[in-house]
Amino acid sequence: MTVLFGQLFTGISIGAVLLLIALGLALTFGQMNVINMAHGEFIMAGAYTTYVLQQTVTAAGWSLLVALPVAFAVAGTMGVLLEVLLIRRLYARPLDTLLVTWGVSLMLQQLARDVFGSPNVQTRAPALLTGNVSLPGGLTVANNRLFILALALAAVLALTLALRLTPLGRRIRAVVQNRDLAAVSGIPTARVDRTTFFIGSGLAGVAGVALTLLGPIGPTMGTNLIIDAFLVVVVGGIGQLKGSVIVAFALGVLQATGEYLTTLSVAKVIVFVAIVAFLQWRPQGLFTLRTRSLA
Amino acid sequence: MSQFRGRRILAGAMTLIAAAALAGCGSKTSDEKSTAGVSADVSGDTVKVGLLNSLSGTMAISEVTVRDSIMLAVEEINAGGGVLGKKIVPVGEDGGSDWPTFAEKAEKLISQDRVAAVFGCWTSASRKAVKPVFEKNKALLFYPVQYEGLEQSPYIFYTGATTNQQIVPGLDYLKAQGKKSVYLVGSDYVFPRTANKIIKAYAAANGMTVLGEDYAPLGSTEFGTIVNKVRSSKADAVFNTLNGDSNVAFFKEYTSAGLTAASMPVVSVSIAEEEVKGIGTQYLKDQLTAWNYYQTTPGAANQKFVAAYKAKYGADKPTSDPMEAAYVAVHLWKSMVEKAGTFEVEKVRTASGGITYDAPEGLVTVDGPTQHIAKTARIGKVGGDGLITEVWNSGKPITPDPYLKSYPWASGLS
Repeated sequence: MTVLFGQLFTGISIGAVLLLIALGLALTFGQMNVINMAHGEFIMAGAYTTYVLQQTVTAAGWSLLVALPVAFAVAGTMGVLLEVLLIRRLYARPLDTLLVTWGVSLMLQQLARDVFGSPNVQTRAPALLTGNVSLPGGLTVANNRLFILALALAAVLALTLALRLTPLGRRIRAVVQNRDLAAVSGIPTARVDRTTFFIGSGLAGVAGVALTLLGPIGPTMGTNLIIDAFLVVVVGGIGQLKGSVIVAFALGVLQATGEYLTTLSVAKVIVFVAIVAFLQWRPQGLFTLRTRSLA
Repeated sequence: MSQFRGRRILAGAMTLIAAAALAGCGSKTSDEKSTAGVSADVSGDTVKVGLLNSLSGTMAISEVTVRDSIMLAVEEINAGGGVLGKKIVPVGEDGGSDWPTFAEKAEKLISQDRVAAVFGCWTSASRKAVKPVFEKNKALLFYPVQYEGLEQSPYIFYTGATTNQQIVPGLDYLKAQGKKSVYLVGSDYVFPRTANKIIKAYAAANGMTVLGEDYAPLGSTEFGTIVNKVRSSKADAVFNTLNGDSNVAFFKEYTSAGLTAASMPVVSVSIAEEEVKGIGTQYLKDQLTAWNYYQTTPGAANQKFVAAYKAKYGADKPTSDPMEAAYVAVHLWKSMVEKAGTFEVEKVRTASGGITYDAPEGLVTVDGPTQHIAKTARIGKVGGDGLITEVWNSGKPITPDPYLKSYPWASGLS
């Protein structure tokens, strides 16, 4: 029983990580339909930001807190630069966007290698996050996992509220639902795109900060994450946040259960097979955006 | 625009990426002439040697230090007049933590650069990838890392420990400490899988129980489930054959789960001083390691090695077992060449048996038939300062036995 709950929590925490890395993508890919292969490198940028801050702000706890907004800004700015310099020119050519952003991702990886060196680096976790919480029945829950779970949920909540309640959120949703109609209604779609990209990329940076608590930081960490992130968004359904949230946790629990019953590699296979089967059944993903557009 | 359009393109792209990854994994078809045997270029007053290590990717945390250590040995030898009067010119290549790349670069070093010997490789997967290249070209590789044994290539010298010099003594130590059950955790490639086969055979013959074994892909950083399984198994000890910086994620998770060296000690065979620094001492304190050398190993030869290394690379750089084995490899090669009086590979091999070297780890002897070296096994404990101190040693150098022929329980292994 203890093991079962332990596994459930492990699954949820894997789901939280998936959610964090996919959330930004749910905006840029899910809402804007931009295939940004450099999204993983924005995560990496967030992780390296944490590392750099820890060299200057030496107290691990403070540097982590400071890193959250700074990484958001750093990755967000990188996203805006990418949008303004390249993606904006390619909105009608998705295949070119894909190739260009892939190229950018390779360049960013090399840049990280040149600046920080090829070997992976580590950050120190604040003492508060290295321990665990003991629950009755011998169950323990790691603090860093709780932190990531809280962070993921907070990010989802903030994003949902922003999309629903703020004028900016309304404009983003308007552009997503019908770009032309939004434009003739006086919404500056180019500026909305840029803001959306800033937020989406910034969230990748926040995910990067969280990942430093779990493992090493390296130039190629982004490539390992990007496929998982795309899977979550595709299965969750384009244009909807709640799909990504549900799918992230479902995949996390499926992965953890599969891994417990079999091995890590087999669990990955199970997850992929489940995804393929699901997409055969519902090719549009878990949720779809209902609009009156004919496309 | 259709909502599915972007997705269909994405699917295509993902397929491309997957295909590229698969192509990378496939065996490299080579069209080189067979059995030609490229001889080393020693026409000038220099001789080239190849350095083949991962300077990028998941293994770089470990392999960069090996490269540094080889460079130190090369410099020392050059300062002393070189080998057979020729200065050594090192030619470095990056294996990139990718096994087919190792094979390509090995081919390049042998055929294009025409080096007299190559020093490097860390993971057994990379060694297995380059082995046919060296055998085909009849060129020499010095492999400086402990490994899973059960191999004996005529063109490889193994200067790290084989299983009876590291894993078996590690198990003997656990047994002597009264540990009755172990849990096996390793990276998913040839070394951990073979090592665990050996460990299971040992356990069966020595009244120990193996409560479970789990593998994570190299570079994996998700250890929640594995640590959960380890924890609920209530094993007496964990035998850890993880490689590279998966260890960082594993020990972070292990500590977060409330497991400590006191409650469930971990014996690691791929964590040396450099990795301790990378993982963080707070996660590793008092955990055990099995090696043949530590920075703290006593002796004048080691003092000289440590001082020279720190003078070259910085006082905060620790020395470790694979670094020492790589350093020893270069010096052993020099002795072999000088005894043979030539750089010719076959003559160097014939001359190798019985060559000794007063290494930092103590006296080592090349075992001619197996091309491994006799070395002392040492079990160590990680201290708060990040250094490892010895808690047990085998007393004398152990003769290498890569196929474990002298152990009856190992008769079923191949």
